[in-house]
Amino acid sequence: MLLIECPYCGVRAETEFSFGGEGGIARPLDTETMTDEQWGDYVFMRKNPKGLHHEQWNHATGCRRWFNVLRDTVSYRIVAVWKVGEAPPPAAQAWFEKNRQGEKA
Amino acid sequence: MSKRLDSGGRIDRSQRIRFRFNGKSYEGFAGDTLASALLAQGVRLVARSWKYHRPRGILSAGVEEPNALVQLFEGGRTVPNARMTEVALVPGLTARPIHAEPGIEFDWRAVNNRFSRFLPAGFYYKTFMASQKAWHFFEHHIRKASGLGESPTEADPDRYERRFEHCDVLIAGAGLSGLSAALAAARSGARVVLADEQNEMGGWLLSSDATIDGAPAAQWLQDTLAALRALPDVRLLPRTTVFGYQDHNLLTLAERCTDHLAPGSAPAQTPRERLWKVRAKQVVLATGAHERPLVFANNDLPGVMLASAVTTYIRRYAVLPGQKAVVFTNNDMAYDAAVALHKAGAQVQVVDARSEVTGDLSARARSLGIPVMAGHVVVQADGSGSVTSVQVQAFQPDGQLGQASTRLACDLLAVSGGFSPVIHLYCQSGAKPVWHEPGACFVPGAPFQAERSAGACRTPMNMASCAQDGWRAGAEAVQQAGFPAPGGAAPQLLAIETGSLRPLWEVPHPVATSRAPKKFVDFQNDVAASDIHLAVREGFESIEHVKRYTAMGFGTDQGKTSNINGMGIAAQLLGKRIPEVGTTTFRPNYTPVTFGLLAGGELGDLFDPIRTTAIHDWHAAQGALFEDVGQWKRPWYYPKPGEDLHAAVHRECLAVRHAVGTLDASTLGKIDIQGPDAAVLLNWMYTNAWSKLEVGKCRYGLMLDENGMVFDDGVTVRLGEHHYLMHTTSGGAARVLSWLERWLQTEWPHLKVYLTSVTDHWATTVVAGPKARAVLEKICSDVNFDEAAFPFMSYREGTVAGVGARIMRISFSGELSYEVNVPASQGLAVWEAIQAAGAEFGITPYGTESMHVLRAEKGYIIVGQDTDGSMSPVDLGLGGMVAKTKDFLGKRSLSRSDTARTDRKQLVGLLTKDPQLVLPEGAQITDTEFKGQTPHPMLGHVTSSYMSPILGHSIAMAVVKGGHHRMGETVVVPLRDGRNVTATICSPVFFDPKSERQHA
Repeated sequence: MLLIECPYCGVRAETEFSFGGEGGIARPLDTETMTDEQWGDYVFMRKNPKGLHHEQWNHATGCRRWFNVLRDTVSYRIVAVWKVGEAPPPAAQAWFEKNRQGEKA
Repeated sequence: MSKRLDSGGRIDRSQRIRFRFNGKSYEGFAGDTLASALLAQGVRLVARSWKYHRPRGILSAGVEEPNALVQLFEGGRTVPNARMTEVALVPGLTARPIHAEPGIEFDWRAVNNRFSRFLPAGFYYKTFMASQKAWHFFEHHIRKASGLGESPTEADPDRYERRFEHCDVLIAGAGLSGLSAALAAARSGARVVLADEQNEMGGWLLSSDATIDGAPAAQWLQDTLAALRALPDVRLLPRTTVFGYQDHNLLTLAERCTDHLAPGSAPAQTPRERLWKVRAKQVVLATGAHERPLVFANNDLPGVMLASAVTTYIRRYAVLPGQKAVVFTNNDMAYDAAVALHKAGAQVQVVDARSEVTGDLSARARSLGIPVMAGHVVVQADGSGSVTSVQVQAFQPDGQLGQASTRLACDLLAVSGGFSPVIHLYCQSGAKPVWHEPGACFVPGAPFQAERSAGACRTPMNMASCAQDGWRAGAEAVQQAGFPAPGGAAPQLLAIETGSLRPLWEVPHPVATSRAPKKFVDFQNDVAASDIHLAVREGFESIEHVKRYTAMGFGTDQGKTSNINGMGIAAQLLGKRIPEVGTTTFRPNYTPVTFGLLAGGELGDLFDPIRTTAIHDWHAAQGALFEDVGQWKRPWYYPKPGEDLHAAVHRECLAVRHAVGTLDASTLGKIDIQGPDAAVLLNWMYTNAWSKLEVGKCRYGLMLDENGMVFDDGVTVRLGEHHYLMHTTSGGAARVLSWLERWLQTEWPHLKVYLTSVTDHWATTVVAGPKARAVLEKICSDVNFDEAAFPFMSYREGTVAGVGARIMRISFSGELSYEVNVPASQGLAVWEAIQAAGAEFGITPYGTESMHVLRAEKGYIIVGQDTDGSMSPVDLGLGGMVAKTKDFLGKRSLSRSDTARTDRKQLVGLLTKDPQLVLPEGAQITDTEFKGQTPHPMLGHVTSSYMSPILGHSIAMAVVKGGHHRMGETVVVPLRDGRNVTATICSPVFFDPKSERQHA
């Protein structure tokens, strides 16, 4: 049972949260010009890394706000937590430099 | 023969306890386990083994016990597969052997033992691959023969509790190491939780005659526990197993609260068990080590016991397990048992596989005159039902047996193959163990979470080192948690030389392994060395394969006494080192955990919240039966005396179509949407256009996921300039709100719109039928209900029966219909006022079943019934609702090649040739009759199906491939009973196709 720090409420047990899959996926703006394959990538394809994963979590039984998490899928260590719309904190910067591909935070 | 010693032990001889085992009555003392009490009474034979039904006795004195399983207690309180060695004796205790017919003295399935050469590992597969028929015949008998205890068949009357705990240091194990760690950690002021699985804390201290800080072990233990209890923030949890090391230093513990107490003596409301979920800043694992047996012919005879268990029975329980003992060992630790036996008055001799006997314990034994045969092994134990002698041969340094053989008479054989550190929790934490060559065991490697191991579970060590190691670990843990280093020092004991260990995985036999009497590795699953030889011969090279092929380690003991021996034998046969064969993996739970513990209080009515509307009691008083819709209880139908479902539905539906009926629609999701950007949000969420919806108007919307599939629908009402009320399905309300919030927060945080769930704030009465207007006009005078003034799909506010109401003219039944929303606290009063006003028209309450029929007559979909997450709006015949110009969630998917196919399953109506035949929902639809040939192409299935009261014939909605282009065509619906039903594809709107009635 993970221990997760909600950026609004503080540290809470995993059972208070609901997992929202990969974080930082922006909805494409010009959907009509996308091919079926490009659109399919957006709808279906998600990263599945063995290592650091940018995720979004919701504090479902608390403040009900969504926030970003950078978590290691092997060790389950949570490297960084930050609010939607904020820049990722220093602990996550290095990873983002390497992996940023037009993501939103 | 085993017997009780006249003095000594930790039992309370002033408290006699009567109990029953195997149909007989026995007596023991408070402080006994079921195992010690039976041994004290000379009972040797306690079980029959799982496959061969061989007689078995008690092997150990702890949780690692593989043989002595019983069905404990009776009725709803019964526990299958309880280990006798753990069961505390309480008055009235009853226990039965499991899995022996007619009984353990004579078990007819012991015939399996005669045929054992035909029943090795893997025999099911080999025997029954040839003939499926043979398997189906034998399966029934094999099922009855396998398995162990029985599941209870009565409800469990006990309570189970759950608690969270947060602490600075959690220590698993209260033996010498754990107690030393606790002393170091607790005095700093840290919050410490110390848990131990046994009935008493102390671990090996309970069986030890060592001196600690100048006091006898028992005294030191008592003083230490008292000192810990006196500290303010220390929680001692005896009878509590740390059974799982989970994520982020959360550990799960099972506390047994009442099984050790006389029935009825616990304070009221005490749960039988308590689940602790402990989040610890730091963990100390002080879980000790399990002794391994040795693997030799007939090593499973009753009377063969682990040497440390013999010591425990003598010193802790004052039970002498035998009077003429042989101790067979490959290490020095077993000599403690030899000494204990000798001091208790038994005859003892030692057979030591080591050519050179080193160590302080053996020196002590020799100084007492105990004879030792060094460089010898026991190749076979003999006896009928119980050990009476052993065959001993010389064991050369190269592993060969000497020629000459000696027979030693004995009634007890105490064996020791070394100790395996209990690293289960360490492994569960995500870390990897490493092989320790000198100790021939796996030990913890680097930590993965915030923990450290201490004592015998960290590496083989003597007691003096355990105390030091525990202290070190406790000090380190507490400092890591932010507290100062402890003052004082570790408990002091005399250090002893532990001596050498000679690895001995399988004792050789004069005859080949496959022909010698069985040498058991896993006692519980009846896996012998010959099975491992067979597995390796057949090409299984990884220990994971060997384990699965032989079932070694798969019993309720999870191989605690067999894993390492098995790996050693496999490694030897493969010519590899043990770490090359594999590493052991452990997953929770360390020992079996009851379902009750995990269920806690979430049972019966507390399993899931039950949601009822403000009008619920009225429905119940009217005799309504209820249906579960999500967590809601909704009235299903209201049968009058003598009516079944069909009769009630028939009456209710006709009442709505001919006069007026009421439906409690309070359960539908209601989301209040406010803000200047409310319409922007609606345009994103729904397929149709919302910018031009006027204040006071209602519109039906379809909600799609980004894959273009319908996942919810409902009517949204514009209450004001920037104020809307969205309705969702009853079961989808929470999902839709989450969906809306996620998009707003993560994609469009700039939009000024706010959402509030108001489902429970409003009670909703649907008034439907030709007389609906007349009913409401009687109790609402400030709204003009004329058709022109209050058209279909519009909204008015007024006062109904004196209560401020929101009234929406929406119809799901296809009749003239109004949904009257009032604050929930007034819901019942307004419902009753509507009933009174409608009495002269024969107003009739109707439930969800009738609601389903009425809407199906109009071809209206129910999301989740007619849709399954794979239906697009076009599939549902609602392509007209898809806006062409704006983008919305799911829009782009509608033009994906697969979503745009014309042969997709499409929603249609079906009329059966036999108008009285109601198709089963879910029935498959085909083009031709089905007569057993496979594959038979399927075109779709029936989604909704009813007898229509107003039409007098059956109707059905279905999804059929390309159905929209097959109007008028005939299809076949094969039924389970073999009939092939003919039906015609038609429009799903069966009644009032021009929808004149709802516009009345």
